[in-house]
Amino acid sequence: MAPLLKVENLRIELATRAGVAPVIDNLNLELAHGESISFVGESGCGKSMTALAIMGLLPEGIGRVASGSIQFDGEELTTASPRRLRQIRGNEISMIFQEPMTSLNPVYTVGEQIAEVLRAHQGLGQKAAWAQAIELLDAVQIPNPKSRVEAYPFQMSGGQRQRVMIAIALACTPKILIADEPTTALDVTVQAQIFDLLRDLRAQTGTSIIMITHDMGAVAEMSERMIVMYAGRKAEEGPVDQVITHARHPYTSGLISCVPHIMANLTEERHDLTEVPGIVPGLSEFGQDLCLFAPRCPRASDKCLSARPPDVPFGSARSSACWHAEDL
Amino acid sequence: MSEQTVDAPVARARSPLSEAWEMFRHNHSAMLGLALLSLIVLAAILGPMLYQTDPFDMVWAPFSPPGEEGFLLGTDYLGRDLLSQILHGARVTLIIGLSAAIVTVVIGVTVGALAGFYGGIIEEMLMRFTEFFQVLPTLLFSMVIVALFGASLPMITFAIGIVSWTAVARITRSEFQRVRELEYVMASRASGATNAKLMFQVILPNALPPIIVQSALMVGSAILFEAGLSFLGLTDPNVVSWGQIIGSNRQYILEAGFTVTIPGLAIFITVLAISLVGDGLNDALNPKLRKR
Repeated sequence: MAPLLKVENLRIELATRAGVAPVIDNLNLELAHGESISFVGESGCGKSMTALAIMGLLPEGIGRVASGSIQFDGEELTTASPRRLRQIRGNEISMIFQEPMTSLNPVYTVGEQIAEVLRAHQGLGQKAAWAQAIELLDAVQIPNPKSRVEAYPFQMSGGQRQRVMIAIALACTPKILIADEPTTALDVTVQAQIFDLLRDLRAQTGTSIIMITHDMGAVAEMSERMIVMYAGRKAEEGPVDQVITHARHPYTSGLISCVPHIMANLTEERHDLTEVPGIVPGLSEFGQDLCLFAPRCPRASDKCLSARPPDVPFGSARSSACWHAEDL
Repeated sequence: MSEQTVDAPVARARSPLSEAWEMFRHNHSAMLGLALLSLIVLAAILGPMLYQTDPFDMVWAPFSPPGEEGFLLGTDYLGRDLLSQILHGARVTLIIGLSAAIVTVVIGVTVGALAGFYGGIIEEMLMRFTEFFQVLPTLLFSMVIVALFGASLPMITFAIGIVSWTAVARITRSEFQRVRELEYVMASRASGATNAKLMFQVILPNALPPIIVQSALMVGSAILFEAGLSFLGLTDPNVVSWGQIIGSNRQYILEAGFTVTIPGLAIFITVLAISLVGDGLNDALNPKLRKR
C-alpha cells in the first residue's frame, strides 16, 4: 500500500539577515495509513518547520520549499494551488498547536469555532454544525458539553482548551493529525489525559498522527516510529522500542540519557542524568558538508568534520546518519 | 473527570461584549455622556415632529431675545425661530457626524486591514497613500472639495470623511500587525480559512476595540468639522445645521450674541457627550483596564 504521506529530499530555506539557511536539509520520510510517528529533537532542529511545510504554512516571504517533494495520498503539495491547500488544511490534514491558551480565538465561543470548520469544509448548515460541535466536545470528553459549547475560551482551563483544539482538528476526520508539542504547556496529569484521548481517538478514527515533541516519554507513549532530527537533518529513524533500547546515533543516546527515570525502588544510588553538552548550532552554520553534531559529540573524529554522514539503513526499518553508527 | 455528568448549571457564559457593558455601566462620566447623547438623539428624532414651526419661516422680528414673545430660544437675524432651527439642525448635524464617521471607518479599516494583513509591498503602497492624505491640510482640502463639487450634504459628508480616515487606517494597521502574529490566527489558517475570512472574521473582531473608540471620537470631530465648514459658508443652504446657524449669524455676534451662543452650546454639549462615551468605551474595551 502506498504511504499516506511521502516526503522526499525536502529542503526548506529560510531567508535570514545573514543569508539563506537550509532549516530542513534533505529530509526523507514516509507515513503509512493509521500510523503514528514522532519527530524528536531540541528546539531549533526544524521539527515544526517540517510540520508547517506539510501544511503549506511556511512563513510567507521568509521560508520556502527550495527542492524536494511532499506527497499526500499521491498528490504533490509543494506545487498545489493555495485554494487546494486550503481545502486540505483542516479537512484532510489538521494541526494542533503547542499553546492551548492562545490557540483559540477569544471573541468566539468554542462551539462557534468548531462549527465554523464544519461549515467551511463539510458544508454543514448552522444547526447541523452546532449539533456536531456538541458531539465533538463530548468525544473529547469535556463534561457537560451542551452548556460548555457556549463557553468562551477564557472560561476554560488549559487542558480543556487543548481538548477543544483537538475537537476542532478532528472535526472533519482528517487523515493526518499533526500535533506540535500538544502537551508542553500542560501539567503532567493533564498531559496523560490528553495522550489517552489522542490514543483513543486514533483508535476510533484511524487518523495518522505526526507528533512533534522533545519528550521521550511522550514518544514511547504515543508512537510506533520516531525520527530524531538535529539541525535540520534526520539523525536517526526507526521503531520506537528499538531506537530507545539501542540508539544508533550519539545524539539519540544523548537525548535518551537526559530523561530521568522513576525507579521502582528508591535506592541511595541514583542514576546520573547526563546532558548533551553544547547547543544546537545557529542557522548560519546549517548546510555545511560535515556532521553538524560533531562539536557536541563524544565520538567525533576527523571524518565527521570533513563530510556529511549519509543516511545508512540498518535492517528494514531503521536508519542513522552517523559515521560511527556501526560501532554504536 | 470524564465521567462527570453533573448537570449543575455552569455559570452562564458572558460574551466579552456584555462584560464591556458592565464596565461601561459603572463609569459615571461615560453614563452621563450616554444620557446626554440619548437626549440629543431623541430631540433630533422627535423634536421636529412635536415642534412644527418651519425653521425657514420668518415668524417674528429679528433678534428677539430668548424667552420673549413665546420663542423659547428667540429669533435670528431674519426673524426665524431659533428653537426650531436647533431641533432641525440637530438631525442634520448628527447625520453628517455619523455618516462622515462611517465613511472614515469604511475607508480607514479597509486600507488599514489590507496593509496590516498583507504587509510587504502592499503595505508600503497603502501607507504612502495614507501619508499623502495625512500631510494635506485637512480643512483646506475639504474646502476645495466642497467648493469644486458643490455644497450638498453628501458631498460635505464625503469631504469630511476623505480627510479624516487616516487615523483609523493607522490604528487598524497596527492592530492587524499585532493580531496577525497571534497563535489563533495561525490555528485558523491551519484549519483552512481563506484570507478574507482571516481578515474580517478572525482578526478584525480582535482588532475592533481601539477602532470603535476612534470611530466614536470621529463622530465628534466630524460634527466640529462640519461646523467649521458651515461657519465659512460652505454648507447646503437648503438645510439647517448648527454650524450654519452660527455662520449666518456671525455678523451680528455683538448685537445678538445668543444667536451664536446657543447653537455653539449645542455643538459643545453634543461633542462633549460623544467624547465621554468614547472615553468610556476606551476604558470598557481595553482589556488592560478591565477589572476581573
